[in-house]
Amino acid sequence: MSTTATRDLPCQQIVELVTDYLEGAMDAPLLASFEAHLAGCPHCTHYLEQIEATIRVAGTITAEDLVPEFRAGLLEAFHEFRQH
Amino acid sequence: MSLPPDEDAPLLDALRAGDERAFAALVDKYGPSLLRLAQLYVSSRAVAEEVVQETWLAVLTGIERFEGRSSLKTWLFRILTNKAKTRGQREGRTLPFSSLASDGDEDQTAVAVERFARGGAWATPPRGVPEERLLAGETRARVEQAISALPPNQRAVITLRDVEGLSAEEACNVLGLSETNQRVLLHRARAKVRTALERYLEDA
Repeated sequence: MSTTATRDLPCQQIVELVTDYLEGAMDAPLLASFEAHLAGCPHCTHYLEQIEATIRVAGTITAEDLVPEFRAGLLEAFHEFRQH
Repeated sequence: MSLPPDEDAPLLDALRAGDERAFAALVDKYGPSLLRLAQLYVSSRAVAEEVVQETWLAVLTGIERFEGRSSLKTWLFRILTNKAKTRGQREGRTLPFSSLASDGDEDQTAVAVERFARGGAWATPPRGVPEERLLAGETRARVEQAISALPPNQRAVITLRDVEGLSAEEACNVLGLSETNQRVLLHRARAKVRTALERYLEDA
């Protein structure tokens, strides 16, 4: 994308760029346009905060513990493996 | 580029020496995540458990040759996904990981078009995040539910990145995706889960 084309990004385009922004995948001119937009737009700032909140909440999800029988089976497989 | 020392290095050394407690500790640490990931590819929990068992056996077989150029976690997840994919293919379940991020929803936008005015400015803007509600178990349950409703490849990417905390590079290595595809899938996944989170936070 050229610098001129990205100078005034509409909100609708900003939301599609949020992942590139968070992943550090923007070139400098695009990054500058993006950050300038955010500075003047509380709505897009809220959008970004909601995405960040999504990531934070996802990070608190834990997988269920293994059922004891399965866990015991794995340890047994370990013993068998060691014996061969 | 120097890698940070693998947090599992001590367990890995102990496992190499044949220490059962180290094996049990690794099983407890990664077993649940491996089982969850396996279930994305195969039809039943029973088959997923078999895939997890095969993965641990492959780890025991391969540990001598494992040089630690990737973290143990990445290595484990990669072995698991290889085995689970093979198993899933045999079952006739295929995930289109090789095709360009296709989910049959290429036209989807991060936010519904109705929420923008003609020039692309917000018509119905999002609101601020009520931080105190993010900690509630119910919020987590909603996010978890939204993730499980995603197409499998989006679900795999968001699970590895945001739930398991892998880096982009690690997720690409585990799933065999290009950087761009990984990012496209992550973008779609996060956008959908955000929509569900917003809906939930606004309802109450």
